[in-house]
Amino acid sequence: MSINFMGMLMAAVLAGAPLLFGVLGEILTEKSGNLNLGVEGMMFMGGVAGLAGSFYYEQSAADPSAVVSALLAMGCAFLCAAFGAFIYSVLTITLRANQNVTGLALTIFGTGFGNFFGEAIGNSTASHYMAVGDVTKAVFNSGIPVLRDLPVVGQLLFSYNFMVYLALAVAGVMAWFFSRTRAGLNLHAVGESPATADAAGINVTRYKYLSTCLGGGICGLGGLYVVMNSASGVGGVWVYNCMNGKGWIAVALVIFATWSPARALLGSLVFGALSIMRFYVPLGIPAQIYDIFPYIATVMVLIAVSLRKKRENQPPESLGLAYFREER
Amino acid sequence: MEPSNAIELKDITKTFGEVVANDKISLTVRRGEILSLLGENGSGKTTLMNMLSGIYFPDSGQIFVGGKEVTIRSPRDAYELGIGMIHQHFKLVDVLTAAENIILGLPGKGPLDRKAIATEISRISRKYGFEIDPNRKIYEMAVSEKQTVEIVKVLYRGADILILDEPTAVLTPQETEKLFSVLRNMKADGKAIIIITHKLHEVMEVSDRVAVLRKGAYIGTVDTDQTDPLKLTEMMVGRSVSLNIDRPEPKEPVDRLRVEDLTCVNDEGVTVLDHVSFTARGGEILGVAGIAGSGQKELCEAVAGLQPVTGHIRYFPSEDGTAASAEGIELVGRDPMAIRQLGISLAFVPEDRLGMGLVAGMGMTDNMMLRSYRRGHPFLADRKPPRELAETIIRELEVVTPDVSTPVRRLSGGNVQKVLVGREIASGPSVLMAAYPVRGLDINSSYIIYHLLNKQKQRGVAVLYVGEDLDVLLELCDRILVLCGGKVSGVADGRTATKEQIGLMMTRTDAEGRNGHGA
Repeated sequence: MSINFMGMLMAAVLAGAPLLFGVLGEILTEKSGNLNLGVEGMMFMGGVAGLAGSFYYEQSAADPSAVVSALLAMGCAFLCAAFGAFIYSVLTITLRANQNVTGLALTIFGTGFGNFFGEAIGNSTASHYMAVGDVTKAVFNSGIPVLRDLPVVGQLLFSYNFMVYLALAVAGVMAWFFSRTRAGLNLHAVGESPATADAAGINVTRYKYLSTCLGGGICGLGGLYVVMNSASGVGGVWVYNCMNGKGWIAVALVIFATWSPARALLGSLVFGALSIMRFYVPLGIPAQIYDIFPYIATVMVLIAVSLRKKRENQPPESLGLAYFREER
Repeated sequence: MEPSNAIELKDITKTFGEVVANDKISLTVRRGEILSLLGENGSGKTTLMNMLSGIYFPDSGQIFVGGKEVTIRSPRDAYELGIGMIHQHFKLVDVLTAAENIILGLPGKGPLDRKAIATEISRISRKYGFEIDPNRKIYEMAVSEKQTVEIVKVLYRGADILILDEPTAVLTPQETEKLFSVLRNMKADGKAIIIITHKLHEVMEVSDRVAVLRKGAYIGTVDTDQTDPLKLTEMMVGRSVSLNIDRPEPKEPVDRLRVEDLTCVNDEGVTVLDHVSFTARGGEILGVAGIAGSGQKELCEAVAGLQPVTGHIRYFPSEDGTAASAEGIELVGRDPMAIRQLGISLAFVPEDRLGMGLVAGMGMTDNMMLRSYRRGHPFLADRKPPRELAETIIRELEVVTPDVSTPVRRLSGGNVQKVLVGREIASGPSVLMAAYPVRGLDINSSYIIYHLLNKQKQRGVAVLYVGEDLDVLLELCDRILVLCGGKVSGVADGRTATKEQIGLMMTRTDAEGRNGHGA
């Protein structure tokens, strides 16, 4: 049995990148004390909106440009998912609704939203699919020009699509933001103890809204990635139920990463590898068993994490709780 | 207007729903003085101060700072006016370091310069005589260190008006002395200091003037050197009260509970009780003193069967039982229900008042039933006896409640505590454990509770009183068990020991105290 490690690693990166967006978005959200279980829903919203953005641009432009199409797709994906997070924010921050229930509702809403528009727009075309052209598809599926042609390292490091590098950059920026900036410190305090942050003169509501909406937008980019990338077979076309639980794995990975962007990289890579394992590690077992691996790993991770006791690895203390200054 | 007035409040009113927390309060604080704000629980002290620090917004009235009328809408506004408040429940983020907590929320350009911040913190610490390590995490700190961080945090923001809400409630006498000397340094530096406290002797010791509130209304301000505790109490309560706590002589105390080598390791692997041994006697109040978190909670829970422990807790049921069963009944390993049926009652009042004793959303009747529902019909619930008990408690303990079915959450702290203690006493226990039963209660309610405990003592009950106010412990208890870091550092005689002795024992472990029940 020979395993193509190089190929597996590259495939794992491609499969892990959408998870990484989801994890990073949710880490940013949870740092503010908001537990948004709507990651899956926001990924659906971002995915369908981004695809629709490119789709309509290509329809209307005589000679569609790849860059414009990609930017439009990202903008639409980010804004639509951030809008989902905004609904969540209004309900949980301003109206102080229960965060779990609101997040679950957002997942159900987003899933329906994505599938409805994905199918409806598709049905209005001749092919019955909402699909973008080769121009857009190419930009979401090709590596860095010139660099990717370098021997050895070119393939390993520079052959991925630009969103993979974007995800890495987001992780880097978030890690720097949390540890080196005043705003990052303030956000940490908001999530740990909003009353303390408030008494220290921090605008708790603004921090919660901003980080939740930005976090939602980042999750939406993950959704766009899933829709556009063709590593899993088809890309650039709406497939019914395409998120398929990736948002939930992202939520679990946040715990695995113990709210650290750096560890989120590792977690996403491991889970990406698990999800493509069956193509690279033939064990002679049914494909369905392979499909279970990521979920089994999630359960194991949750158990392992709950056994760790270090204070710094605990969730933000006020996670899941609404804050009201004059509460007595 | 005199320029020496740091703060002037005029006709401040604040209501919560129908409750008037502050009713037209006018008050002045001068620069370079320490003003004590005195009042019973629910008299509106904290509410008033929260309006100065921007947590609440007054319904009406004016606030002048340094002679100018101001509007304080948020804590940030308060900081900009130089007002800093040290809250009773510290507002610190546990997982951050002292330095990080201190600079929290402050504006500043560019990335954090941790070195410069640390330098500034040590400069402030030296100036007023603090000791602080900027790089330690809050959760690794003792209570008094946390308080220091809070004070430095306020000073770092350039506050020259400091408000301290019950700062000494969690400190040992030695730590309190240290705090007071820091406060005096600040006063000499020209800062205005407001200190909220229940403890009259501290008021007399540290303050220049005393302002008294009663039931949300302003009663008056007096110079400290022209008053005494008795007069202040009268102002506070509105009538004269005796400040002495009765301590009847114990009648033929017999060993009721013998604890030997009790050790308890908590979930986090920390040893919270370390070979604790002592004896509790019937007809006697045994005080348990110690800094918060020294193992008091675990000790009570261990006796009640709620904590897994090693060691022995031997229980001697009745007066003549000592002869009949020299070994006693082993409680370790029994479940809480079995222990309760032996007559051991835990009136435990944890940090959050409603935590372990009562169900907040249920009325008094249903809360009474929590103890008695096993009696009577196995399937149907009979609410009559518990309702009668609830009514008795309301009558005898003067509980203020609209009716027996009002959720206990809506009652004030003092009334909640009366309901809890009343129910535990009604079960006719032979061991009664009361942890912080007067925490947050005003003088009147506290005395009712002390009286109830004394009555139980005279009935021959072994009373375990876990307290934080050493003055009360010394007046109420026959013997005082002192815990330090989960170890017994000694047992003192309540009649002869001094506060300083107990305070010292609270901070260091005395090996001799190990084997127990001296004094």
